[in-house]
Formats: sequence, C-alpha cells, structure tokens
Amino acid sequence: MSLGDFLHMGGYAGYVWSCYGLTAVVLFGMEWSSQRRLRAAQQHARRRAQIAGSQS
Amino acid sequence: MNTQSRTGTESRPPSRWLWFFQLASPPHAYRLLGLWRPWLLWPALLLMAVGVYGGLVLAPPDYQQKDAFRIIYVHVPAASLSLMVYVMMAVAAAIGVIWRMKLAHAVAAACAPIGAWFTVLALVTGSVWGKPMWGTWWEWDPRLTSELILLFLYLGYMALRGSFDDVQRADRASAILAIVGVVNVPIVKYSVVWWNSLHQGPSITVTQLDKPAIAGSMVWPLLLLLLAFVLYFGAVLCTRVRTEILQRERNTAWLSEIGVES
Repeated sequence: MSLGDFLHMGGYAGYVWSCYGLTAVVLFGMEWSSQRRLRAAQQHARRRAQIAGSQS
Repeated sequence: MNTQSRTGTESRPPSRWLWFFQLASPPHAYRLLGLWRPWLLWPALLLMAVGVYGGLVLAPPDYQQKDAFRIIYVHVPAASLSLMVYVMMAVAAAIGVIWRMKLAHAVAAACAPIGAWFTVLALVTGSVWGKPMWGTWWEWDPRLTSELILLFLYLGYMALRGSFDDVQRADRASAILAIVGVVNVPIVKYSVVWWNSLHQGPSITVTQLDKPAIAGSMVWPLLLLLLAFVLYFGAVLCTRVRTEILQRERNTAWLSEIGVES
C-alpha cells in the first residue's frame, strides 16, 4: 500500500480525514482551553492572596 | 487515619467513608488532581497513537463500508464518552445534593462542557459517516434524535448554571436538571435495540466482549481508543475540577501552603 492509497482511503478520504481532523482539534482544544482557564484562576487566586496578605 | 471522635464519645467508630470526605476537602483534592493528571494524560496520548495506527493502517477495510468504516474509531469512543460523562455528571450532582458536598458539585459542573464537546463530536462524525453510508447527513432517527437531546441537556445544564449568581443555588438547581435528564441515557444507548433504527447495532457489548460483532483486527484499536478517550477525559476533568475549586474557594489561605503554581 502506497502513501497515496492510504491518504485516498478508498475514495472516502474527505469523510475519514475530516472526522479524524475534527476529533483531534476538539480533543486538543478542550485540553488547551482547560489549562488556560486553570492558569487564569490560579493567577486570580494568587492576586487575592497577595491582597489578603498585605492587609493583615 | 485519625480515629479520634470529634464529639468526644469513644464509642463512635471511625466512619468507613472518612477517606471519601478527606478526599473532598478542597486543598487535598486540588493537590491530588494535579498529581493524577499526567498519569492520565500521557497514557491516553500513547494509547491514542497506537489505536489510531491500528485503526487506520492495520485494520482491514470493511467488506461493506470499505475504508469509511474507519470513522468508527473516533465516532464510537466520542459517543460512549458523551454518555459516560453524563452519567458521571448526574451521579456527582446527586452526591452533591445528598451529602451537600461542594467537591461533587464542582465535578458535575466540570463534566458538562467536556461532555457537550464529546456529544458534538459524536453527532458530527456520525453525520459525516452517515452521508456516504445512508446517503443523508441527518435523519430524525431514534438514536440521532436522542443524542441531539443529550446535547441540549448539556447545554441546558450549562445555561442554567450560568443564570445564577450564587454558586450554591446554581449547584442545586442544575443538579436537579442533571439527575432528571439521566433518563435520556438508556434511551440513547438502547435506541438501536428498542426501535428499528437506521443506525447500526452495537459493535461491542460488555456482556459479550469475547464475541464482538466485528473482527478482532478491527476491534482492538476500538477498545484501545475507548480507553484512551476515558483517560483523556480524566486528565481534562482534573484540570477543570481544579479550576472549579479555585473559583469556589473564598478562603485561599491554603493556596500559599500547597503552592498555587503547580
């Protein structure tokens, strides 16, 4: 089997690759956005802790 | 384990559920989830790589569906997760209501967007698979319709949460929706058995793992990817629950103790 045959997917290339591509994008996206939200929440909490610390 | 009773009466035995409530303490859970995440994420990525290779390269083309059947390797795990995540969300919400456990509510809230994305994936990959196989992108078929309702349940849950300013009220109200909506899960799961559906029947059945409806060379990548998706979900859930904990905790004294950077 050549690389061309593999990419061609027996004529179903558009269907198969779009499904795999979409899945990769969604899986990566949920991980990436979750990490970003956590970083933001951590920064927010740190700032809050600093303010609390400076007041006491 | 600390067996000293808070009430001072020595007769009261330590609860066998003590570990459960210790786990639920926010600082403890926050730290533990951070430790678990890499142990879920990296095996998930490794299994995904092997599973995708097995599914796209090693598995032979289906005699009827040819190479289009390979969509099964992303469609079935996504669809399975859309249901599993919902059940987990409903169970967590129920625990939150019954034991008034904040962490359980945090888990339920963290599940919703992940589950919604898995549902979107299942619907879209199913639609793309349906086009060459059934000749249509969409059909108001029991399986497809109930899966669409699942998406609306997730979206409704998130919208309901968002409509409250008070977290505790949001937790309780959305928990009821999550618990009631769980009736849709068996409908999705058994729709292909109960009704004459356009959708094909299950390829693997838990009670008949030894005789799947598809060949061995086709089934092992599917099982591997299913496991990979579960682990990946676990990794993302860890991050999202930690975020929920941070957003809910007003008292942040413990943050400096454990180091919020990690």
